[in-house]
Amino acid sequence: MLSGKMELLDIDSEEIMNSIRKAASPPEDAEDWVTIYVMGKPYRVPAGLTIMKALEYAGYRFIRGSGCRAGFCGACATIYRKRDEYRFRTALACQTTVEDGMYLAQIPFVPANKAVYDLEKIEFTSNTLLEYYPEIARCVSCNTCTKSCPQELDVMYYIQAGLRGDVERVAELSFDCIQCGLCTLRCPAEIQHYHMAQLARRLYGKYIQKKSPWLVHRLKEIERGMYKKGYEILKNLLEKDPEKFRKIYESRVRESEEKRIKDPWEKEVE
Amino acid sequence: MALKLIRGYPEYMRESIELVEKTRPERIKNKEKEIELKLSMDERDKLLNMFHPDYAPGGKRSLRIGPNEGDIVPNEVADILEAWPAIDPDSIDLAEIDFDVDILIIGGGGAGTVAALWAVYEGISPENILIATKLRHGDANSMMAQGGIQAADRPWDSPVLHYLDAMGGGHFANKHELVKALTEDAPFIIKWHEELGVMYDKDEKGNFIERWGGGTSRMRLHSAKDYTGMEIMRVIRDEARNLGIPVLEFTPGVELLTTDDGEIGGAVLWNMETKEYYVVRAKATVLATGGWGRLHIRGFPTTNHYGATADGLVMAYRAGARLRDLDSVQYHPTGAAYPEQIVGLLITEKVRGMGATPVNRYGEPFVFPLEPRDVEAAAFIRECYARGNCVRTPTGMRGVWLDSPMIEELRGKGTIRKNLDAMYRMYKRFGIDMTQDPILVFPTLHYQNGGVEINANAQVIKADGTPYPRFFAGGEVEGGVHGKNRLMGNSLLDYNVFGRRAGISAARVAKSRGKPSTLSLAHVKKYAAIMETLNVPKHRRSPILLPDYRGRKVIERKIDLPVLL
Repeated sequence: MLSGKMELLDIDSEEIMNSIRKAASPPEDAEDWVTIYVMGKPYRVPAGLTIMKALEYAGYRFIRGSGCRAGFCGACATIYRKRDEYRFRTALACQTTVEDGMYLAQIPFVPANKAVYDLEKIEFTSNTLLEYYPEIARCVSCNTCTKSCPQELDVMYYIQAGLRGDVERVAELSFDCIQCGLCTLRCPAEIQHYHMAQLARRLYGKYIQKKSPWLVHRLKEIERGMYKKGYEILKNLLEKDPEKFRKIYESRVRESEEKRIKDPWEKEVE
Repeated sequence: MALKLIRGYPEYMRESIELVEKTRPERIKNKEKEIELKLSMDERDKLLNMFHPDYAPGGKRSLRIGPNEGDIVPNEVADILEAWPAIDPDSIDLAEIDFDVDILIIGGGGAGTVAALWAVYEGISPENILIATKLRHGDANSMMAQGGIQAADRPWDSPVLHYLDAMGGGHFANKHELVKALTEDAPFIIKWHEELGVMYDKDEKGNFIERWGGGTSRMRLHSAKDYTGMEIMRVIRDEARNLGIPVLEFTPGVELLTTDDGEIGGAVLWNMETKEYYVVRAKATVLATGGWGRLHIRGFPTTNHYGATADGLVMAYRAGARLRDLDSVQYHPTGAAYPEQIVGLLITEKVRGMGATPVNRYGEPFVFPLEPRDVEAAAFIRECYARGNCVRTPTGMRGVWLDSPMIEELRGKGTIRKNLDAMYRMYKRFGIDMTQDPILVFPTLHYQNGGVEINANAQVIKADGTPYPRFFAGGEVEGGVHGKNRLMGNSLLDYNVFGRRAGISAARVAKSRGKPSTLSLAHVKKYAAIMETLNVPKHRRSPILLPDYRGRKVIERKIDLPVLL
């Protein structure tokens, strides 16, 4: 089963790197093509690309509308309809494959107002969310926000939880929010969902989650200078006896159970 | 399209998945024994020498100019360091100052935001700070980090042990004072985050749920599901907005401004939308421009965000700063190799930390899952390109399996949705259920291990080894913290620790010193003159600001009409 330690034949590592480069390059030609409409203009692009890569293939070079390119930042919020379909759809351009007959437009910016607060001074009650985002009371439970969410979050439910002052539920339901703003653009009640959720999560993290019991001890130890000597010894070894430093590194004990394990540098301290 | 997919995979890949399923029960039984695959230091070196892209010939050359003349760096990096300035210094009027601030922060990702916050805590009023950033505030690799942040805060762990792990992971090339700062500040940073309301994964008593990272001897990885970077970034950005710190978006720094007494006195910014430039004079300048993933070193795909084009390296180098460890590139062992739409995107190390084992096409383990990243990546390349035990994708990528369903078997059904929802969601979008099927991975360009050299106060070091009094750097742009290879969970930590130190140092300078003396772009002119003597092609200019992914046909037919420029 264990095949990790085995000897190898002649290796041309430069040739390997060239093969990797070739494998990772965009293909020169494609077998299957689709037609997409970028803000109304038709372009023929290879099938199987993401919307973002398809737009680039078509010749667009993004300034806005491209951020992390991996589904984490919300910069590439996209709205579209498919030919012959009444449905209004939303997507992240970097996480959605192009389909034939997509009519696409990207959202460069979402105007939305964030409440300003000092989390230290906030008086946290069941009304806090309503106080900072009173418009959540206008929710008509139409569920358009939920339908527009490219993360498939239960946006309307967290707005309702917010109305009830259930900060924990808002934090939990909104945790995966990438703040693209599509919910806010679609909302007929003009709610700014993602900003409210941000406040809820911070309230939860600060006032509801318990503080780590160990962290404060460690901070005191550091403040008392408990680790000074350890750093000092290792610094000296690094400069004067790198071989020994290396040995100490190699003989570290890997944590295997939930108890304190002595490590080689500690013996040096003692 | 033409290929018929079965639950996201073509039929021929399904055959290999069956082999993976066959060996799974045995592998789960022997999970503890995987440690036997762990390599000794000598074995590591041998593997790296043969299979790590950094060690393979043909990818690097020596610099012909500047403080690091003679140093070996990747060709792609040499190309932007040995390049003509993007701006013509003679077209900039430095007499008219558009922003006159205490602190200019170039870069609106994690490090820049942390620096701004700590400058305010240190007594600088927000309107005297300016963050200039190329994309939107928070569009940065900081947003994308998934796995977590290291801090030695449990009784059986120690900051010194964290130090030792980081030094060994970095091949002992790290700068002592920086690793000490990194590891000693770490618990404090976590405490700060707790106070800001960052939602870390905790148990009901408030204990952090801490996990393994590669190359570490303790479980000390703090995470927020697999959205750790996003959770921290959106909280600190929210805080910066609460404090009213001004941010100029889509307006990158394009050159630093030097002064006649050899200091840094601000920068030239460029509004990418209106194309106008702005002159910023600052008592202190913080460089927080991030890394180089979008240079696609050696043609590798990357996990990095759209703007990771190493602009900061270029600006600082032209102004006379010293760089270090740029010969080492971090390839993350687990980038997505399939499907094509997400090739190169990050599969967090937490997937391995939680129990998934990399296996070859026959379902055999071939490497200890939690070696330091460079070693792990080299082992993947060996399996794919020397032993041929890989799976080939329809577009020609090769990869090995990361057996994600093991996580559910080891830790219970629902563990993936609860802890790795971003990963689950990404694969689900393309028809693959990673709770049921393994995922195909191959190394991807991930991190700039080195960068602009700093000291423990985050001051940038000049060519002569002395620090600039008014110039600081934090985050991926700086070097020395990680030596030749960064460990998982130390990058989020790095930008917090050194972003904070840069912000504090900058605030102290801004409070104690007056405005910088006469601003100048003389260093850029001097640099351009050397480009002339080196016969650098005229079209090679930097900073490049953004990569260019336009289709080849479009670029070939593209013409500029001199009417709407």
